Amino acid sequence: MSKINEAFQNKKAFIGFLTAGDPTLEKTEEFIIEMEKAGAALIQIGIPFSDPIAEGPVIQDANVRALSVPGGCTTDMVFDMVKRVSKKVSVPLVFFTYLNPVYKYGYEKFCARCNETGISGLIIPDMPFEERVELTPTAEKYNVELISLIAPTSEDRVQMIAKEAKGYIYVVPSMDITGASGEKTTDIEKVVENIKKVTDTPVAIGFGANDFEQAAKYSRLADGIIVASAIVKIIAEHGNNAGKYVYEYVKSMARGMEN
Amino acid sequence: MSKGRYGVHGGQYIPETLMNEVIKLEEAYGNYKNDPDFNKELNTLLKEYAGRPSLLYYAEKMTKDLGGAKIYFKREDLNHTGSHKINNVLGQALLAKKMGKTRIIAETGAGQHGVATATAAALLGLECEIFMGKEDTIRQALNVYRMELLGAKVHAVESGTKTLKDAVNECMREWTKRVDDTLYVLGSVMGPHPFPMIVRDFQSVISREAREQILEMEGKLPDVVMACVGGGSNAMGMFYEFIKDESVQLIGCEAAGLGVDTDKTAATIATGTKGVFHGMKSYFCQNEYGQIAPVYSISAGLDYPGIGPEHAYLHDIKRAQYVPVTDEEAVNAFEYIAKTEGIIAAIESSHAVAHLMKIAPKMDKDKIIICCLSGRGDKDVAAIARYRGVNLYE
Repeated sequence: MSKINEAFQNKKAFIGFLTAGDPTLEKTEEFIIEMEKAGAALIQIGIPFSDPIAEGPVIQDANVRALSVPGGCTTDMVFDMVKRVSKKVSVPLVFFTYLNPVYKYGYEKFCARCNETGISGLIIPDMPFEERVELTPTAEKYNVELISLIAPTSEDRVQMIAKEAKGYIYVVPSMDITGASGEKTTDIEKVVENIKKVTDTPVAIGFGANDFEQAAKYSRLADGIIVASAIVKIIAEHGNNAGKYVYEYVKSMARGMEN
Repeated sequence: MSKGRYGVHGGQYIPETLMNEVIKLEEAYGNYKNDPDFNKELNTLLKEYAGRPSLLYYAEKMTKDLGGAKIYFKREDLNHTGSHKINNVLGQALLAKKMGKTRIIAETGAGQHGVATATAAALLGLECEIFMGKEDTIRQALNVYRMELLGAKVHAVESGTKTLKDAVNECMREWTKRVDDTLYVLGSVMGPHPFPMIVRDFQSVISREAREQILEMEGKLPDVVMACVGGGSNAMGMFYEFIKDESVQLIGCEAAGLGVDTDKTAATIATGTKGVFHGMKSYFCQNEYGQIAPVYSISAGLDYPGIGPEHAYLHDIKRAQYVPVTDEEAVNAFEYIAKTEGIIAAIESSHAVAHLMKIAPKMDKDKIIICCLSGRGDKDVAAIARYRGVNLYE
């Protein structure tokens, strides 16, 4: 069983997201530790990108902040941070990154460094099912699981994607890109149902609204929930002092899921 | 599995949310591209509304003045809305309508594609929203008002470098949010498959006409066919029917900005490396970690950090040659063609004219060059005046 699969054993997984380097890489390290302490089962780390086309304004701004710190926030610096923090936490760490930084770094070198530093999986929002074949063999070689995304608009693609899915399946909640609200629960229910018909791979639903009830509802529906923009918003608001606020938020959300 | 490849370039690197939509678009296009009724309707629009065929004009004065090859201009600047963009937009807007879409969205740099899209939307009764970098809304304020006159809503994009690349980002986000009733009318031969193919097909009318026209006028093929390249739609349209004619040299002129040895440039082939962005694998201006570079050119239409995947392929196999042209050279050409031929060409097209001015004198008099004048330059007059130190605002 992979480290990611273990995170979903006998519990509903709360998955937190943050953008590496926002506000600094030292703080990212601290916030990851706080999230684990507060009960996060898995943490997604965004590698900042100049043009995050699948992101709403909240996470776009985090990317801008991370890239504009003096000295920048390069892929190598993110790997170094992961290497440090993975010795201090036991939950699986997964990268959320656009394909270009991975492509430019080199698939072989990137996956090797994931393996070496303690990254268990990769989410690449601009690499759909059809394009994954160029990366899959390299990722498998280094035990890095390529996480599949499924959207309500996936329709007849759901089962094709789900059958091949590794690690967990990231269900993008609505027609809206990450960070916005207004999703229809009925669509999500149907999507999760269709996924469950063909695979045992855990399903986690992403959502942006800061709402306990919705978290509870989604966690009943699936094996976990992914919270991105709510956490990034807290970091934006409190900056260097966000640690305790991130902790409190994750703790209350993780508790909300248990009920 | 992976579709829309030009060598290693192209593909469909987009969020899952959009996958079914591009598959539907590909299917719809496959159904309509050989449909006699669709083609009849499109050809009628191109002929009676856009003013096609566009002229192939023999520039006798320039030919004599430069003293070398015979120079012909393919006058896309004379199309309705003032550029080649209308060719593609009429095709895609008609396709949107056939697909049952009620709303079209588009990015724009100089505003030419935005104006063309707003025009087609007005004509075909579609709702229209245009995304334009904030910087470009300032550089091309008249075109913003023009789009609004045509009934479009214009969004000034404040993210990133606030230029064309960011307008594309925002358009993709908008399409992701609302695919049901909306088609993204992409303005260049870029983005995920099937866009590079669809835009190329709709723009290939340029070379289809030019090839017939030159055979009619000269009884032989040209030696050089050239055009400016940002994303590359007018160049691909100008090249396409000549690709099979191996004797015809194809030249794309990129915007070098202040020069390819500076960081104020948008010359993708000259300074870029292979990458994956905006749905496609191709060449991009980027740093060693794959962060897309802020690019610069005096021309808002060429101010883009990538190039269409088919151009990347033509470069790889050396079928086409891509050369950088600086702001200064383009402005000189802008003024030269105005004074010599009485044509105010777009600053984008002037990049091609500038390179033409370098190569024509070195060629024999029996050689023929066709250069695409992709658009008219009325929109650029104030910017050129400012470049020359004349304090002129629109």
